Amino acid sequence: MTDNGRGEIETRSEISLRVNDVDYRVAVDNRRTLLDAVRDDLGLTGTKKGCDHGQCGACTVLLGGRRVLSCLTLAVAAEGAAVTTVEGLAGDGELRPIQEAFVRLDGFQCGFCTPGQLCSAVGMLAEHAAGWPSAVTRDGSPERTPELTEEEIRERMSGNLCRCSAYPSIVRAILEASAREAVAG
Amino acid sequence: MREFAYRRTSRIDEALHLVARHEGARFLAGGTNLVDLMKAGVESPARLVDIRSLTLDEIGETPDGGLVLGATATNSAVAADPRVRGRYPALSQAILLGASGQLRNMATVGGNLLQRTRCAYFTDTSEPCNRRVPGSGCPAIDGAHHNHAILGWTRHCVATHPSDMAVPLIAFDAVVRYEALDGPGAIPLSEFYLPVGDRPDRETALPDGALITAVTVPAVKAAGRSRYRKVRERASYAFATVSVAAALDVRDGVVQDVRLALGGVASRPWRARLAESALRGGPLTAERISAAADVELAAAEPLRDNAYKVTLARNLIEAVVTELAADTGEESNG
Ligand SMILES: Cc1cc2nc3c(=O)[nH]c(=O)nc-3n(C[C@H](O)[C@H](O)[C@H](O)COP(=O)(O)OP(=O)(O)OC[C@H]3O[C@@H](n4cnc5c(N)ncnc54)[C@H](O)[C@@H]3O)c2cc1C
Ligand code: SF4
Ligand code: FES
Ligand code: FES
Repeated sequence: MTDNGRGEIETRSEISLRVNDVDYRVAVDNRRTLLDAVRDDLGLTGTKKGCDHGQCGACTVLLGGRRVLSCLTLAVAAEGAAVTTVEGLAGDGELRPIQEAFVRLDGFQCGFCTPGQLCSAVGMLAEHAAGWPSAVTRDGSPERTPELTEEEIRERMSGNLCRCSAYPSIVRAILEASAREAVAG
Repeated sequence: MREFAYRRTSRIDEALHLVARHEGARFLAGGTNLVDLMKAGVESPARLVDIRSLTLDEIGETPDGGLVLGATATNSAVAADPRVRGRYPALSQAILLGASGQLRNMATVGGNLLQRTRCAYFTDTSEPCNRRVPGSGCPAIDGAHHNHAILGWTRHCVATHPSDMAVPLIAFDAVVRYEALDGPGAIPLSEFYLPVGDRPDRETALPDGALITAVTVPAVKAAGRSRYRKVRERASYAFATVSVAAALDVRDGVVQDVRLALGGVASRPWRARLAESALRGGPLTAERISAAADVELAAAEPLRDNAYKVTLARNLIEAVVTELAADTGEESNG
């Protein structure tokens, strides 16, 4: 991936990406972000580009089950890790609980932020289930999982902006789906 | 963005060689700052050496009862660690009050300490900036600087250091550990960030090409009762305007130990040693708390548009120390 023997620097890489349980082999410029690779090389355009600078959350995907920003992740650096995009959230043609709740409870208006909101919510619920605190957790006992209140959801989801300001319905949908997601996920 | 070569290694010695032998090579950790600055053209490394396959992500115990935070441990992992939450609550709070869940899952201990300033001129390559291009000037001094420094700046640069995590770490006497080709080394965090002087582009005492391997935090009794408060321009997902980390150990009405540090006020996390000395060894009265805040901020030199930070810092110190005193049942009685 570097010196090609003639003293020139290799700035492209052949990489394997595992996205939504499918293996892809792609040649990328090392500058390519995971966001651009997923959208333009793999044709998975569910993941959205909002700011491209880590400031909006539209590009959120799961990497090894943890939510990350694909716009600040280099595709070469994601080689070997399991990526889940919004296309991979539903199983067997059926929406998973969080998706169903977003639809039923109007968790979106234009829908641009929604793929990021959904991936972020799935990652957030896993973090919560693992007992991770948030900035609003009143930390009496580090071993106890904090209750998932509206306040907790707002804080934990603050990395996903919504220009349509669908926040109240987003929080309601996540709260409503959280119990079923925990079972499913 | 400039083209670059990418290498990943699971060996520290190889990582060091890959960077040392190559002009313009840089370590890549979470990438949340470096990749962003590469997109902006502020950073243009010719080679990135990905260090996340090095096994440096452990959080462990030191023999003296402190903690070792591995350089590639994520900010999320540090904030959620029960030992951090129990023994150094202000550290967990500071991390959780920074960035977003996604960013904290990517960002690492080493990268967080080495993140660059958020001064808007620094990230705009069409503007001069002494920190980015030495000698080109500092437009912030007469320009937009409402979020800039009030302490320790020089006319060469008035930017602040953006890290929240570094603020409690400096209050707890953390030490940065590194490996370099000529062997390992350690730098107390209080000496890690260089004074601004006339070369703001020289930011830290870390030797060229050195790899941060861990940050150690010694056992600090007072840290068990510590707090981080952050004022920012929106309720979440924003950098600090001013923040304070405080820890307090009071027994029989006398302050045994107190730790205070400020964020958002200087080019480095600001340990408020004058305020600490003013409080240590005496009773915790409202007058003494207020006097301690004053003595620290007497040195403040606000710019045209950021004098509000002096008041804010003062009020934050007072509020947090008073809250901690109430927590310990050692109510300030004045
Ligand atoms: C939108 C946004 C909001 C944010 N809000 C906050 C906030 O409120 N508070 C806050 O504190 N931070 C905030 N951050 C900053 C974030 O915390 C930092 O970007 C992050 O901590 C950097 O860590 P990293 O691992 O991603 O570093 P990288 O970007 O990978 O690296 C940063 C620098 O450190 C060097 N480096 C990394 N690791 C090592 C090592 N082990 N040894 C030697 N050199 C190393 C790299 O070469 C690079 O120069 C925010 C960032 C964004 C994008
Ligand atoms: S304050 Fe510092 S970083 Fe900002 S423009 Fe001036 S020299 Fe550059
Ligand atoms: S597109 Fe990645 S955070 Fe906005
Ligand atoms: S639904 Fe339009 S941006 Fe969120």
